Amino acid sequence: MDLSSEPSSSEKKQTLGVISMWKYTFKRFLWAIATLWVIITVTFIIMKAIPGDPFAKDGGLPETVQKNLHRHYNLDKPEIVQYGLYLKSILQFDFGPSMKHRSITVNDYIKKGFPISLHLGLQALIFAISFGLILGVVAALYRNKWPDYASMVIAIIGVSVPSFVLATFLINYVAVQWNLLPVATWQSWSHTILPTISLAMMPLAYIARLMRSSMLEVMNQDYILTAKAKGLKQSTIIIKHAIRNAILPVVTVLGILTTNLVTGSFIVEYIFGIPGMGEMFVTSIFNRDYSVILGSTVFYSAILIFLIFIVDVAYTWIDPRIKITEEGS
Amino acid sequence: MKESKFSLLSAFLIALLALAGCFSGDAEQAGSEENAGDGEKKVLRINNSSEPGSLHPGTAQGAHDSWVLEHAFEGLTKKTPEGEIVDGMAEKWEVSDDGLTWTFYLKDDVRWSNGDPVTAEDFEYAWKYALHPETASQYAYQLYYLEGAKEFNSAENEADYAELEENVGVKAIDGKTLEVKLAEPTPYFLDLTSFYTYYPVNKKVQEENPDWALEAETYVSNGAFKLTDWKHKESMTLKKNEHYYDKDNIHLDEVYMVMIEDENTAWQMYQADELDLAYPLPNDVQGELVNSDNEEFYNEPELALYYYNLNNEKPPFNNSKVRKALSMAIDRQTLVEHVVQGGQKPALSIIPPGVPDVNGDFQENSGDLFEEDAEEAKKLLEEGLAEEGMDEMPQFTILYNTLEAHKKIAEAIQEMWRKNLGIEVELENVEFQVKIDREQAGDYDISRAGWIGDYVDPMTFLDLWVTDGPHNDANWSNAEYDELIKLAKSTMDQEKRMEAMHKAEEMLIDEMPIIPIYFYTKPFTVKPHVKGVFAPIDRYPQFIYADIEK
Repeated sequence: MDLSSEPSSSEKKQTLGVISMWKYTFKRFLWAIATLWVIITVTFIIMKAIPGDPFAKDGGLPETVQKNLHRHYNLDKPEIVQYGLYLKSILQFDFGPSMKHRSITVNDYIKKGFPISLHLGLQALIFAISFGLILGVVAALYRNKWPDYASMVIAIIGVSVPSFVLATFLINYVAVQWNLLPVATWQSWSHTILPTISLAMMPLAYIARLMRSSMLEVMNQDYILTAKAKGLKQSTIIIKHAIRNAILPVVTVLGILTTNLVTGSFIVEYIFGIPGMGEMFVTSIFNRDYSVILGSTVFYSAILIFLIFIVDVAYTWIDPRIKITEEGS
Repeated sequence: MKESKFSLLSAFLIALLALAGCFSGDAEQAGSEENAGDGEKKVLRINNSSEPGSLHPGTAQGAHDSWVLEHAFEGLTKKTPEGEIVDGMAEKWEVSDDGLTWTFYLKDDVRWSNGDPVTAEDFEYAWKYALHPETASQYAYQLYYLEGAKEFNSAENEADYAELEENVGVKAIDGKTLEVKLAEPTPYFLDLTSFYTYYPVNKKVQEENPDWALEAETYVSNGAFKLTDWKHKESMTLKKNEHYYDKDNIHLDEVYMVMIEDENTAWQMYQADELDLAYPLPNDVQGELVNSDNEEFYNEPELALYYYNLNNEKPPFNNSKVRKALSMAIDRQTLVEHVVQGGQKPALSIIPPGVPDVNGDFQENSGDLFEEDAEEAKKLLEEGLAEEGMDEMPQFTILYNTLEAHKKIAEAIQEMWRKNLGIEVELENVEFQVKIDREQAGDYDISRAGWIGDYVDPMTFLDLWVTDGPHNDANWSNAEYDELIKLAKSTMDQEKRMEAMHKAEEMLIDEMPIIPIYFYTKPFTVKPHVKGVFAPIDRYPQFIYADIEK
């Protein structure tokens, strides 16, 4: 609908805006549900298509035992029935028992593992953002001087050294040789420091580089020149005008970074023996632990969809120039 | 707008503080753990590698479960540090002459960790529970030695359950007497009664709360230790069981088990003094320690064989000369010394060392059953191929599950065959699950395999290759071999059995349906202040009698 062709008072526009906002949110919600359903279905099909069995063992199990196990977990039923049963249990928010671990259900797994992964992820995110931004800004302000080179060396190391190498390195020196921090497990705050650094280095470097180039671009804009001409203080220019504009590209990637950090910490969780969700997600695939694979996929997808939504909304807060239009694009 | 941003930020920070708050309780726990080590409390800290699949004896299914169970429970018999089987819950037992009826008499003063007496009914109940089809126990087949056990476990109609359960050959004659009827004579049955599927379960507890084994609070066991804390996927604490009849010989107050999957991390924790015992060790660490004179390092025998399956249904692997040629062209000594590097023993027979014969050790008595000989191998290969009407070895592939160690071994063997036989072999690595699938479907030429014995008797290996056996991935079939195994299974006469099994082993080497490569070892390290850890060949290192002297 072309709004401009209508005779519109500003009031009318506003109500329309609110309505379209609601419509947009509702539409987004439906899309999210549909996306989730597609993800569940595709995961189910792919999972069943790959060879393997949750109870596989070198040499195999006796047939009778295998049969009992399959009956116990409804794996003897036709696949379409299994699919139906599964959808039903998801609607009840019950992801069922793990096929490898009788002592813990998939719900327990998520309840226990997610807060830990979230904690680690957010801590790494805060670390990455604060140091990334500082490094980026400093590098841009002292372009081609030593702080720039120092920041960018750190950034290059951060981007090119994989987290598992960094983790092993930190464990070996900080924990074993110098005995400053515990090696692994998740017991107290001091246990979280090394995994946080290992996990944060990559996004930190990424943010620093992004912030640097974005800052450089903004500093060359006319309005910065205007501000300077008006005789504003250098710090005011940088904080109020430059950083606020330069930070936008960083906010854009935050959604993806957050999900990556919260859900993608598998290798760090594995190395540090952290009972989070990332580890369980990956091991469940190797184990063909069907209920855990589906449960964690559904959960992760829901989070991802939610975070993307949040970022979209946050974007409109920070930059008033971006408004939701009727088309919802 | 500014305000809303700020409130968002503060909400975020509050959430973060709440998360940090989760730790306050755990942190204290960790602190007391550390203090305990050098205080009057004796705490052993080890790594269980992974969350146990189940801590119920009936549904337990692997090393991460059994390490806990072996210390929290005790069967009718138990193993001494010398590897002997001695009285556990049972003080004595009788066997009928045909070896089919066993009567166990329980000790008088045996109790559960909640104070209840351990009764013969608890054993009967536990074994039948594990066999119940609806329990769906992975290790139910360990009980198939009992009369009527397999029939009950494979029942499909609910209506038959009661009758079939009644027919299972285990019965509590009275509170302290357990009568066991076996399907066939089984001289190693005593060994089996020390295995975790044969542990008792407190019937009263289970009937009141079927989920008792899911949490530490409700956990009841009858062994030297009891489970007092279980943070799923994180850690477990075992405490000395004051109701254990032999508690005077138990010196540890507590065992603290973490669950660290990464062997390298666990090794680092051991080095940083956060663990007292490290097992299993990373490959390269094992390799380093083997060649050092580190006093903390032990490399004990293990009841396990590393071998290659040959697809006996696929030409030219259906020809025993071809199979033998491939086996004889491998230089196992070089392989274990320079490739595997863990102090393993080359396998020139099938049964690993440490399994008792009538007299002495079965493997020692067998000796080397064949010789590696490149010249002879080449000759055999030519003859074999000619018999199959082939001019040269067709294209074939070694299939292995993706792992650095398997890859190195496959590459070394590839090179040895190229050099010694002049043949080219391809390597293919797939995920573990895919390998198993393809083995069972017979969709492979040669595949890597390993077998860990379930009990200490040659039968646990020889049984694998009977015609149509469930684990016979090589698809080999030999009537004479089947006869020998049948003979060995029909008698309690150890001399007769061992003779038949030696013959069967020789036959396997003669026919070479599989290529034995090396016997595994059990490498572990223990801190010098920990005394009394021992390692039976079919178990993880046992710390039941361990002590800490600082």
